[in-house]
Amino acid sequence: MTAAAATEQTEIDAAAGTPLLTVENLRVSFGNAEVVKGISFTARPGRCLAIVGESGSGKSVTARTLVGLTGLNSAVQADRIDLAGLDLTRQSQRSWRAIRGRQIGFILQDALVSLDQLRRAGDEVAEPLAVHRWGTRASRRRKAVELLDSVGVPEPEVRARQRPYELSGGLRQRVLIASAIALDPKLIVADEPTTALDVTLQAQVLDLLAESKARGTSIILISHDLSVVARLADEVAVMRAGEVVEYGPAHRVLHLPRHEYTQALLDAIPSEHTRGIRLVRRAGESVPERVRKPIDRDRPLLQARHISKVFRGPDKVDRTVVDDVSFELFAGDTLGIVGESGSGKTTSARIALSLLAPTAGEVLLDGQPWSRLTPSQRRPLRGQIGVIYQDPLSSFDPRWPVGRILFDALSTGGRPPSSSAAARARAIRLLEQVGLGEEHLAAAPLRLSGGQRQRVSIARALAPEPSVIVCDEPVSALDVSIQAQVLDLLTDLQDELGVSYLFISHDLGVIHHMSDRILVMKDGRVVESGAADEVFERPRDPYTRRLLNALPRLAQA
Amino acid sequence: MSSVAVPPTGILARVSGLRIRVRPGTAACAAIVAVIAVAAIAPQVLTHRGPNAIDLGHTLLAPSLSHPFGTDDAGRDLYTRVIYGARESLGIGLGATGLAMSIAILLGFLAGLAGGLADVVITRILEVAFAFPVLLLALLLIAIRGPSVTTEIVAVGIGSAPGYARLVRGQVMHVRQAAYIEAAAALGHRRLTVIRRHLFPNAMRPLVAVITLGIGQSIVWASGLAFLGLGVAPPSPEWGALLDSGRLYITTSWWLEIMPGLVIVLVALSVTSLGRTLQHRLEGAAR
Repeated sequence: MTAAAATEQTEIDAAAGTPLLTVENLRVSFGNAEVVKGISFTARPGRCLAIVGESGSGKSVTARTLVGLTGLNSAVQADRIDLAGLDLTRQSQRSWRAIRGRQIGFILQDALVSLDQLRRAGDEVAEPLAVHRWGTRASRRRKAVELLDSVGVPEPEVRARQRPYELSGGLRQRVLIASAIALDPKLIVADEPTTALDVTLQAQVLDLLAESKARGTSIILISHDLSVVARLADEVAVMRAGEVVEYGPAHRVLHLPRHEYTQALLDAIPSEHTRGIRLVRRAGESVPERVRKPIDRDRPLLQARHISKVFRGPDKVDRTVVDDVSFELFAGDTLGIVGESGSGKTTSARIALSLLAPTAGEVLLDGQPWSRLTPSQRRPLRGQIGVIYQDPLSSFDPRWPVGRILFDALSTGGRPPSSSAAARARAIRLLEQVGLGEEHLAAAPLRLSGGQRQRVSIARALAPEPSVIVCDEPVSALDVSIQAQVLDLLTDLQDELGVSYLFISHDLGVIHHMSDRILVMKDGRVVESGAADEVFERPRDPYTRRLLNALPRLAQA
Repeated sequence: MSSVAVPPTGILARVSGLRIRVRPGTAACAAIVAVIAVAAIAPQVLTHRGPNAIDLGHTLLAPSLSHPFGTDDAGRDLYTRVIYGARESLGIGLGATGLAMSIAILLGFLAGLAGGLADVVITRILEVAFAFPVLLLALLLIAIRGPSVTTEIVAVGIGSAPGYARLVRGQVMHVRQAAYIEAAAALGHRRLTVIRRHLFPNAMRPLVAVITLGIGQSIVWASGLAFLGLGVAPPSPEWGALLDSGRLYITTSWWLEIMPGLVIVLVALSVTSLGRTLQHRLEGAAR
C-alpha cells in the first residue's frame, strides 16, 4: 500500500468508526478460473461502500459471497470475513439461513425475475419475517403493509394483495427492498438495484437506500454505473478482472482517480461535457475535435408530420401510443429521442422505418411519401434507411454467420456486389470500418462479445449505404467502456460518411452526447424539442426538468 | 444473393450443432437404424434366402444358427422375412410422417401467418381432428378403400397431422416475432423471401427432432393396424402382418411373435432415441 493510500485508509477509518463488515483477501474461483483474486474491503454503519466494475469484474460474485450464495462449483477462500464478530467464512447452509434476511439484506437486480410471479407482494415482504419466526401471521401481515408504506408504495394495503405481474417495475423493485429491510438488517447488499429502471424510478430507489443509510444501515452497493454510485456512496472500490484496482473515499475516486482504469471508466461516461469529443482516450493523449460533414438544413431527409399510432388492445380499448409527433432529420444530423419506457419512442422509430403504418399523419423520406407507398414501391428505397437494435443478437438469424449477414445486407442496397468476390471484399471493408476484420466473416454472432455484435449490426446497417440510420437504444445493453467505443464508432462513421442518425435512448447522458437536436417524449407526446444544449440547459417543460433532476451525476459525490 | 457463397469453415461446422461426439448408446441406435435402412434398400445383402421361399420340410423350427429367428408355418425363414419386411414398414413410417408433416406445414403456416379468421378456422378444425382417434380414422379409410400400404400411410399420416400442425403453428407464431424477421424486412426483402429464408428454416429447425420421433411412432402405429388386420395383408412380410400371421401359433411357436415384435420395438426405440439426441443437440446450438 502506498503512503497516500495509507493516509486515505486512516481517513476513512477516522470518518466512520468501527467496521461492521471486514473482508480480507477474499478469493473466489469456479473450477480453475479465479474470478475474485484476493480483495479486501470494509463496510461501516451508516455508510455506503460501492463496488464498481464492468461485467466479468467479479463484483456480483463478491456480493453473492457476502450472503453465502456464491453458486455451484465455487470455492471461497478468505483470511477474514467478519460481520460484527460473526465469522462468515465458516457458516453452514443452515446457519446462513439465520443470517440472511436478519443480519444481511440482499437486493437483487431484476425484480421481475427475482420475485415469485404467483406470490402476493405482501407475502413476499412477510417471507423473511416468517422465516425468522417474527410475530404471528396477522402481525406479519400488518408489518408487511407498514414496510410497503415505508418504501413509498402507494396504497400499500391494495398493493400487498397484488402479484408481481400486476405491479410496475418501480413498485416491484420496492417490494424487493421492503423484503430486504423487513427485519432491519445491519447490512444491505444491493446488486445493481436500479439497472433495469427508468431514471425517475432509479432516483426514487436510490433515495430509499439513502434513507436506510441515514438510519444507520450499512450498504454495499454493486453497480456498473459510476454516476449512480456518486449519488449514494461514501467509499468506492473499483474492480477489474477480480481485483480491486482503486479503493478510497467516493469524492476522491470519482474526481481525482489515481488508477488509469478508473480514469478510463470516468471518461467513458457520456454527458453534456463529452459532446464532440471521443469517449475512449489514452492518458495524456490530446483529444481531437470532431470534423463533421456539413449539415444541410434546407431540405429534411426524413420528416414525420403529425404521426399518431393507436393500438386496440385485447380489451377492445384503444390506446394512443404515439400522439401527434412531428420531427425533421437533415443530412449529417443527429436527432435524439429521449423518454422513459412506454413513452412511444420505439413505436415512433418503427413508423419512421415504415415497418408500422401510422394511424394518422405521414412520414416523408427524401421528399417521397414514404409511409404512403405500397410495400413494393417502398422496397427499393429501404436501402436508404437502416436500423440498429438494442439487442443485436436477436436481430441476426441464428443460423447465419457474420459473412452471410453482411452479404445479404449488401445485396439489398442500391449497388449490389456483382460477384461473390466483390461481396467478400466489400464485407471485409465494412468489418474494418466498424473495427472488426476478415477473421470475423465466418464467426457466429452467438460467439462474439456484446460490443462485437453491435459492431456487426452497425456494419449490416451500413451495407446498403443508407443516408439515415435509426438507432434504437443501441448501447443500452453494453458496459460503459464498450458503450463508449460504440458511441465513438457511430460519431466517426457520421464524420466519415455524413450519415444521419435518429437516435433513441432512455439515457439522457447518451442522448446529450450524441444529439444535435432532441425530442423529449412522454406518454406518446413530444413534450419538448430543440437544440440539445438548449433543452438540457434551459428545459422549459416540467417533465424535462424532472428527468434532468433525477439524472444521477458524477458531481454529486 | 444466393450466388454469393459463404466460405465454409470450422466455426461454421460447430455452429450448425452437429459436431460428432457419439455416446455408445447413440452409436448402437445408429447402427440398428443403419442395418434396417440397408434392409429396406437392398435386403439381399443381409440374407441369401428369399422372403417367400417355402420349405415344407422345415416348418415352425425354433431359432437356431441356420434360422436365427426360426421358421414359420410354411417353413419360410423368419429372419429373411423380417429383413424383406423392412422396406414396407419403414416406407409406411416415412410416408406417413412425410404426409403428416406436409399437411401440418401447410395448415400450420397458413394459420400462423394469416392470423385472424383463417387462424381461428384452422385451429378449430385441428382441435376437432385432434379429438378424433387415429384408429377410428383408419377403420373408416380402410372400409372405404380396402387395406393396402397406401391406405395405411394415408390413415396414419392424416391421424398424426393435427398434432404436428399445432406445433408448426406455434413455432411460426413464435419465430415471426423475432427481431431478425423485422430486420430482414427493414433491409427491403420481399415477404416471401423472408418467409423462405428466415421464417421457414428457423421455425422448422426444432421440429426436425419431432419428425424423427414421429417416424418411430408411425412404424408402431402401422404395425398395430396390420396386426389388427387393417393394414397390409399377411402374405406380405410387413412387420405388423408378420405379427398378425404368427398370432395363431403363439402358444406353440413363440418366436413368430417375439422376433418381429422385438425388431419393431428396437427400431422404434432407436429412431426415437436418435430423435431425442438430435433434439438436445439442436436445442443446445440454438441458445
